[in-house]
Amino acid sequence: MHSAAQTGEVTLTPGSEGDVTLTPPGSAVLEVRELTIALPAGGERATAVSKVSFSVHRGEILCLVGESGSGKSVIAQGIMGLLPPALPVTGGAALLEGEDTTRASPERLRQLRAARMSMIFQEPMTALNPVMRCGEQLDEVLVHHTSLSEPERRAKIIATLQEVLLPDPARMFAAYPHQLSGGQRQRIMIAMALVLDPALLIADEPTTALDVTTQAQILKLIADLQARHGTGVLFITHDFGVVAEIAQRVAVLRLGELVELGAKDEVLKRPRHRYTKMLINAVPRLEPHGRAADTDAPVVLETRDLDKTYVDRAWFGKRRNVAAAKRVNLSVRRGQTLGIVGESGSGKSTVARCIVRLIDPSGGEIHLHGEEIARRSHGDLRPLRRRVQIVFQDPYRSLNPRRTVGEAIMEGPLNYGVPRAEALERARRLLALVRMDAGALERYPHQFSGGQRQRICIARALALEPELLIADEAVSALDVSVQAQVLRLLEEIRTEFDLAMLFITHDLRVAAQVCDHVAVMHQGVVVEYGAAEQIFLQPKHEYTRALFAAAPGRDFAFGRA
Amino acid sequence: MTAPETESFESLSVESAAVLRQESAWQRVRRNGAVRFGAVALALLIGIAAAAPWLGTVDPSLFDAGSRDLLPGKTGDITTLEGEIIRHTFFMGSDSYGRDIYSRVVFGTRVSLAVGVCAALVALAFGIVFGLSAGYLRWLDGVLMRIMDGIMAIPAILIAIALIAAWRGSLVTVIVAIAIPEIPRVSRLVRALVLTIREEPYVEAAIALGTPPWKIMLAHILPNTVAPLVVQGTFICASAILVEAILSFLGVGLPPDIPTWGNIMAEGRVQFVEYPHNVFFPGIFLAVTVLAVNILGDGLRDTLDPKMAKRV
Amino acid sequence: MYTFLARRLLATIPVLLVVAVLVFLMLRLTPGDPAAILAGDAANTEQIAQIRTGLGLDRPIIVQFGIWAGNLLSGDLGESFYYKQKVTTLIAHRLEPTVSLAALTILIAVAVSVPLGVLAAWRFGSLFDRMLMGFSVIGFSVPVFVLAYILIWLISLKLGWLPVQGYQRLADGFGPWLRHLLLPSITLSVIYIALIARVTRASVLESLGEDYIRTARAKGLPELRVLVRHALANAAVPIVTVIGIGIALLIGGVVVTESVYAIPGLGRLTVDAVLARDFPTIQGVILFFSFVYVGINLLVDLSYVFLDPRIRY
Repeated sequence: MHSAAQTGEVTLTPGSEGDVTLTPPGSAVLEVRELTIALPAGGERATAVSKVSFSVHRGEILCLVGESGSGKSVIAQGIMGLLPPALPVTGGAALLEGEDTTRASPERLRQLRAARMSMIFQEPMTALNPVMRCGEQLDEVLVHHTSLSEPERRAKIIATLQEVLLPDPARMFAAYPHQLSGGQRQRIMIAMALVLDPALLIADEPTTALDVTTQAQILKLIADLQARHGTGVLFITHDFGVVAEIAQRVAVLRLGELVELGAKDEVLKRPRHRYTKMLINAVPRLEPHGRAADTDAPVVLETRDLDKTYVDRAWFGKRRNVAAAKRVNLSVRRGQTLGIVGESGSGKSTVARCIVRLIDPSGGEIHLHGEEIARRSHGDLRPLRRRVQIVFQDPYRSLNPRRTVGEAIMEGPLNYGVPRAEALERARRLLALVRMDAGALERYPHQFSGGQRQRICIARALALEPELLIADEAVSALDVSVQAQVLRLLEEIRTEFDLAMLFITHDLRVAAQVCDHVAVMHQGVVVEYGAAEQIFLQPKHEYTRALFAAAPGRDFAFGRA
Repeated sequence: MTAPETESFESLSVESAAVLRQESAWQRVRRNGAVRFGAVALALLIGIAAAAPWLGTVDPSLFDAGSRDLLPGKTGDITTLEGEIIRHTFFMGSDSYGRDIYSRVVFGTRVSLAVGVCAALVALAFGIVFGLSAGYLRWLDGVLMRIMDGIMAIPAILIAIALIAAWRGSLVTVIVAIAIPEIPRVSRLVRALVLTIREEPYVEAAIALGTPPWKIMLAHILPNTVAPLVVQGTFICASAILVEAILSFLGVGLPPDIPTWGNIMAEGRVQFVEYPHNVFFPGIFLAVTVLAVNILGDGLRDTLDPKMAKRV
Repeated sequence: MYTFLARRLLATIPVLLVVAVLVFLMLRLTPGDPAAILAGDAANTEQIAQIRTGLGLDRPIIVQFGIWAGNLLSGDLGESFYYKQKVTTLIAHRLEPTVSLAALTILIAVAVSVPLGVLAAWRFGSLFDRMLMGFSVIGFSVPVFVLAYILIWLISLKLGWLPVQGYQRLADGFGPWLRHLLLPSITLSVIYIALIARVTRASVLESLGEDYIRTARAKGLPELRVLVRHALANAAVPIVTVIGIGIALLIGGVVVTESVYAIPGLGRLTVDAVLARDFPTIQGVILFFSFVYVGINLLVDLSYVFLDPRIRY
């Protein structure tokens, strides 16, 4: 074994292992030393992870932060011995209580998993076996790692379910995963990971797929359990809000290399590396931008008592009405941005899709510049379609894979009789506007990254010179640095074209940055609606307050490093 | 935010640009070993079919009482239509009428390939029309799909047998009878594709861009159904060649005087114990042909339609 | 559960109705006069007319269908032109060999293909996997009757292990029954093995890529349990589905196999009926096979409820 001084990480990670003031209490549960994991030949780079060293101590939460492609999940799988054969560990070690898991035999790894090291994953919806009862999934851990009798196992499971604060443990024991909510499933996962009281818990983006209120509860649960059991936690996330909420120490990864490692406040407030600085600056602040909105600007869009009810009619079954949106009243003025904020299932996207008339509203009115469009037939709607354009969430599915970028951007103008040469000229101008090379026109969408595709989608939407641009979670799938770029682009476009914008997001930070007005939706109803300043600084409705209280890292001032 | 930050965003952002190097589907198809093998084998068979008269064959309907049941490689006499008697080497032996198996097998290639390709085209054409109608015209969907369910409930080979029994076997009736039971499968595939693609955000974006429905169908939906349909068509072709041979073999397909692999085997089965070559030679040709088409289909599926490749 | 059962049963009615209409039309809307075909080449016009009236063929097609469907509902499939027997009786007599052949085939196929498919998925990309996939393509491509003759030639003629042809009733003893059925069942099961092994491999491969498999491994479970209880259990629905869909394939195979091995079953009856242009028998057998197919797929649908708790109708 080589000593920590030889790791060569000292220059990059000032004040890590050697620094007395930063050494956390307790001994190292996990020590990762110069871990290197190869990528298959012919990829964009040779290694997924290269010479990464850090340690996790007893009773400590270390956050491993990075954007997509940083190799953070690969490290976790490397420690657990779960890497696919295509990604072999080619150097270094991961010492779990002194034992190198990267060289352990499969049988030894099997013994260590769940007993000494456990892992929870991002998607609670898919991480549990859907055809097996939750109780049995917990039970098999005990069956294969202990010699407890059946009643003993059951008692232990019930006790663990109680510890993760699941209501009615006996019912949870007998339930199938699909019968539980996302938060409950993640609690089952946590129970499963901690039932044998392991020394190390690896949490790989455990709250990313959850709504913000559920996320807050799960974060608290992990922190509580960790403190009570003295577990060492390696917490992987891309979200600096979460880091601010839960971390004691932070490690920042970029393209498989560790660029910074230190105590939380140190890294978040005084980042040393340029990349860390950039990332932290890209995190939107949770306070309104304070830009004055012109209250006299003409109203572009107005909805009056907009309703959307889905009717679920099964054979023999009872008719069930599901109200996705109830009596929604909103208006957007020219040059201004209205944000619709809410958790999944709140009806925010339904409202957007009604306004674009991708779905037909069940009731109420939609006025576009005074013209009622909620009940127009699709034929009559055509002349008005160009006035409202939409950008969707998923940049990978928003562009037809078989049409070039040029064709995509020109499609709208050509539909409305713009001559081809002029449409092409417009496409070229728009690409320049979204800061892309004109050479992109001839290429296909699969040749671009997510952020670039989203820019193309924005250019496509702008090609019709709309009055209202709807961004439906348009930056949610992007990494934080790319997100910041796209947000700034949208902001520029709004000012330049004096566009009315409807901005739909689940992310309060993003909303705070771009919105002049905010509507908070909950279960299909707008519970609070007003100027951004007022909503963010003096929320009135109970739900709005709960939402803000749940926002991770709310007390931390980002973007000022 | 200030200007210098812009620079650092662009330069430090780690978003991968490696996607640029992705190759197109067509490049993947050409590099795929299975596709190459299948295509070469198929080209060879098409060559044999086209050049049948010049490959040392005689008219496959010629027979000679003196050359019955010859073993492979033996030489015997054969009488031409003009009454001329010629010496002929029977590479694959002769049947109980004294016909040259080799000539019949080589000419049989024509029938098999014609049936396979035509049946696939007929099934695809009708399947696309029905599938698009069902996927786009919701009122038609219920009725159309119930009828398709009904056709699917009848085992394919029985439909073919029954139809040919009713119509009497000819090349056209055999092709149609084999194609009909395949239509529901193509329809269902097209319908499912239309329903999935319709929900894609790029189609919704096109709606928002004011693209009329017929243009959405042609420009956005149809092109994305081509790959799965090519794959499906290849598999239909393989199965049609098989079914034709089975029908002929059972004596319920093309009339026995037409040289098809199934007919040759049907004639040879009576004397199988003494002269197995009558069954084996056409059997090998049949198996190799179907195998080549199936391998081609597998390769196309793996390269053109990775999602489907995962499913089956 | 009972509403689901009732609903599923009701949903088969339109399918069965469509099948009945199709089968009826298939043989009625033919070029040529069935009465003339039936009467044979030597018959004169009067005889043909007589036959036509006797069979009700002179009435409007819709009336003919009404009568035929009415008889069908009371379990009457009409009388065979050729055998001069009730079609239902004919089917009943030929049922045992076909059911025996089909059952043994499915048994062999499932027992062989599912473990092979799971193993191939587990060792995805290995030599074994590629060999199995290669075998499966060949299995799809070699026609049943060619395979039958190869096996007869090898096993029966050269090695003399099993009888060449024929069928022994189960009532005459299990041993002879099995000896006569083994070769036909193996022959027929090859294509079925190819199909099920492929689907098993694909669906197990898909579930092996799911998050819950990673969870199961992270829990430190033995690989066998991960494979069977987690991967295979989640792959069960497509596997059972393909077994159901494959029944249609099997029925086609039965027709050929019975013909080659001279087994006096329903497949043999179908071919004989077609050669004799015995339309009532053809109709009856096709209807029977189709109804069996619909019935089996109904069972398959019902099994989903037990295989996947998420499926609740």
